[in-house]
Amino acid sequence: MVTVDRGRGHRVFQWVNGVILTGVVIVTLYPFVNIVARSLSDENAIRSGQVNLIPRGFTFTTYEYVVSDPTFWTNYRNTVVYTVVATLIAMFLTTCYAYVLSKKDLKGRTFLIGIAVFTMFFSGGLIPNYVLITSLGMKDAIWAIVLPNAVNVFNLLIMKTFFEGLPAELEEAAAIDGMSTYGILLRIVLPLSKAVIATMLLFYAVAFWNSWFAAFLYMSQTDLFPVTIFLRNLIAGATGASSVGADAMDLTVAANIKSVTMVLTILPILGIYPFVQRYFITGVMLGAVKG
Amino acid sequence: MRDQLDDAVAAPGAVSTSSDPRGAHRPSSVRPSGKRYPSRTWRQALRRDWRLYSLAILPLLFFAVFRYLPMIGNVIAFRKFEPGGSVLGEEWVGLRYVRLFLSDPTFWHVFTNTLILGTLTLLFCFPMPIMLALLINEVRHQRLKRFVQSVSYLPHFLSMVVVAGLIVELVSVDGPVNQILRGAGGDPIAFIQQPEWFRTIYVSSEMWQTVGWGTILYLAALTTIDDQLYEAARIDGAGRWRQTWHVTLPGIRPTAVTLLILNIGAFMAVGFEKILLLYNPLTYPTADVISTYLYRMGVVSNNFSYAAAIGLLEALIGLTLVLSANLISRRAVGTSLW
Repeated sequence: MVTVDRGRGHRVFQWVNGVILTGVVIVTLYPFVNIVARSLSDENAIRSGQVNLIPRGFTFTTYEYVVSDPTFWTNYRNTVVYTVVATLIAMFLTTCYAYVLSKKDLKGRTFLIGIAVFTMFFSGGLIPNYVLITSLGMKDAIWAIVLPNAVNVFNLLIMKTFFEGLPAELEEAAAIDGMSTYGILLRIVLPLSKAVIATMLLFYAVAFWNSWFAAFLYMSQTDLFPVTIFLRNLIAGATGASSVGADAMDLTVAANIKSVTMVLTILPILGIYPFVQRYFITGVMLGAVKG
Repeated sequence: MRDQLDDAVAAPGAVSTSSDPRGAHRPSSVRPSGKRYPSRTWRQALRRDWRLYSLAILPLLFFAVFRYLPMIGNVIAFRKFEPGGSVLGEEWVGLRYVRLFLSDPTFWHVFTNTLILGTLTLLFCFPMPIMLALLINEVRHQRLKRFVQSVSYLPHFLSMVVVAGLIVELVSVDGPVNQILRGAGGDPIAFIQQPEWFRTIYVSSEMWQTVGWGTILYLAALTTIDDQLYEAARIDGAGRWRQTWHVTLPGIRPTAVTLLILNIGAFMAVGFEKILLLYNPLTYPTADVISTYLYRMGVVSNNFSYAAAIGLLEALIGLTLVLSANLISRRAVGTSLW
């Protein structure tokens, strides 16, 4: 009798759970579907509030318009360049330091780890950073975006944890064969670390692709903007952040142009997401292991 | 000559031991030089491991220039700063800027806003991933489970600018929210221009962004709970709710506590980027927080010392919060970050 009751309770729970999780999926995906529908809709249909999940006044002309805008392409190309350069530098620095930190009986290791970890909980703050970057003459240069965020301590700790888990015997054997530390890192450790390297590449690349604030602070010329700033400037019109008091309608950039830009900015991430998300998850798991 | 000999003997041992993660647990017979490690001097360490240390030079330079120099740069909070002059300011002025902002009503206003938004974020965004993880964990159908996970992680990978764009479109006068309002016979609301709606928009979009990704660590912790514990609880007559209460929740407690400490540490820095993208002078009454205020004071209005003084206070409060949360948690539940 008791088991039957529990069984029914369980079935009800499974049913309710299914409904809740379906709700979560719908709520998560809804804004994406809405924005795609808007990007394919006629401007008048959007203005009159007809566009929800399905495009109204279906048209590709907005895509053609945005794609033929030279500023958009310059900014898009900038994003690609910034992302590639920044990711490479970040990978180099992070790998080197993580490898050093993974050597458990290196003298001064605790101090070296402390230097990195302390910055997770205390940072110089916006103003001193701004003053520094400005006085280094890095305004309007790619370095203002690349260098200040070149090492992410979370990523550093993930890599360190991974290196610590590699079998020590291989490195010892290589050392006995006379291979130097550099050789060991390049020819023994890195080939064994493809999984974590892929994860780190993705973490950094996505972060730099998405970043906007550094460019917002330090870039003043339109042809240096990444695409995120291109998009921000479109949105700024809509929130009235740039000029207030004026008629909101006049300031608003055509809604479908914003939508198209958003779709094109998300597209590369959505494109690779299904194939790489397991790497992201592995990365977070590694990071969770206390170092 | 002796040094060279020493070097030649020591070098291979140094590399092999330094690459051994289990270090001291190895019998010293395996690495003849191992015994010398505890009392090794810096000179010896550098001679053995200089290649390893050399790999740390550039990263250390990074930390020195872009992390620690700005920390020192905070002295401009106590010094007069001239734009274009020295990064460390011109002359000492003591606590002038601190006194100045403490008597600035706008500061107390944004301070209150920060506390309110931070508390709301913590209240709504901290427990949600736990609940969602518990629900996802109950799904027996593996492909369905993975689908729900994949979808819920997605918002985490979006640029803040895109998130802001989605929010603005969603609540715009012609957006879906207002379509529902109009459908129900109401008048459209320009949500993004109204201070009374800002907190709702901020917190709910924060939930949308973070809930899914936040489940990862909990789901991982859930898989490590021993099935025998559930077995034992069932034999003792515990139903599913009691099993959840007495087995599942204690099983994920260390994860929850760790994340809570980290969240508390981020309390003062609430969503700077998102607020900067979403707010406007009309919504300042509820949206303006310490970080956005000091951004405007410093970068926009060039009151660098004044803004640095506020920023320093913010960072110190953040550090104090995370340290005390860590201490309390270590005393109370035995979980801590370090």
